[in-house]
Amino acid sequence: MINVFKKFLNLFFKDLFLEKGEVKLGLYGPPNGGKTTLANKICVDWIGEEMGRASKVAHETREVQIKEQITIKRDSKELTFSLVDTPGIATKIDYEEFLKAGMKEVEAKSRAKEATKGVIDAIKWLDDMDCVIVVLDGTKDPYTQVNITIIGNLEARKIPVLLVANKMDLKKSDIKHVQAAFPQYEVIGISAKTGEGVDVFYEKLFELRSKAFKNKRR
Amino acid sequence: MLTLQFIPYIDIEVLGSPERVEKLLKVVKENKIILLEGKLRPREEADLIRRTMEEINDNFKGIEISPINVHRKEDLAFFRKVKSVLINFLLGDRQGLTIIGPATVVKEIKADPDKIQLLTEDGSHKKKR
Repeated sequence: MINVFKKFLNLFFKDLFLEKGEVKLGLYGPPNGGKTTLANKICVDWIGEEMGRASKVAHETREVQIKEQITIKRDSKELTFSLVDTPGIATKIDYEEFLKAGMKEVEAKSRAKEATKGVIDAIKWLDDMDCVIVVLDGTKDPYTQVNITIIGNLEARKIPVLLVANKMDLKKSDIKHVQAAFPQYEVIGISAKTGEGVDVFYEKLFELRSKAFKNKRR
Repeated sequence: MLTLQFIPYIDIEVLGSPERVEKLLKVVKENKIILLEGKLRPREEADLIRRTMEEINDNFKGIEISPINVHRKEDLAFFRKVKSVLINFLLGDRQGLTIIGPATVVKEIKADPDKIQLLTEDGSHKKKR
């Protein structure tokens, strides 16, 4: 009886927080897609400070990073959320790739070990997300197993998704390639580095929040 | 030596998701490439990645995984789409093939509805229709 009452209270307050706009927004995707660069862009734009360190070497983010109480304001609308930047998901991690990037063996092995833990955490955190931005490198083939697995898992968990084709500032980028790979999803093109397309991205976050709210209400 | 192991769907059908993942991972860690009849569910794929990460060491660097679908639904004309949906309904996870191999053995897996090309570390390749 007490457990039933506890569950009821949980549901009631969870809905209340969602109504007030409390949302856990996750950034997911393969390594080096630009998740942390985008996280930093959002944080700098709205709270004046960066969230994490980005680099060209894969698996720079090796722990789940959270920034709470980020509020985005557009016209008369407000959206408050916790931003969750996750390690890039990969099916293989080879410390020798880090050696090629100039690291010493001890550092490379340590980074590889941390990266595997990061991938495990990122997968575990999927269940806690209210909505997810999948950040894809717009210059690379989007139809990879990792991307299919991430998007498939979000669909299976009924978590609203927005696909972002990043790195639109680069000549090789092609948003149509990403749109063709995942035609059932909305894809927007941005450059987290230069800010191109980010205004549209912020608008889309409000739509994403509404979808998350509708899902929770069901 | 490269070893391919065909796993028919019936071998994993009766297993729960955790047992499926463990069975596939065990074979891959024996340095074999699996040709799995059918495909894993999204959560099973995620679990396979998670378990793979837990097993990574100096000798095991992870896996390559590639489903081979008969067709991507988006590519089909209307009636073929209907047929695809029906086949999917009847056969579900049994459709197609999934290739899973150790990352150190399989240099690159490319899947194509018409041919399978497997490239290995030693530079030799086999094409099969």
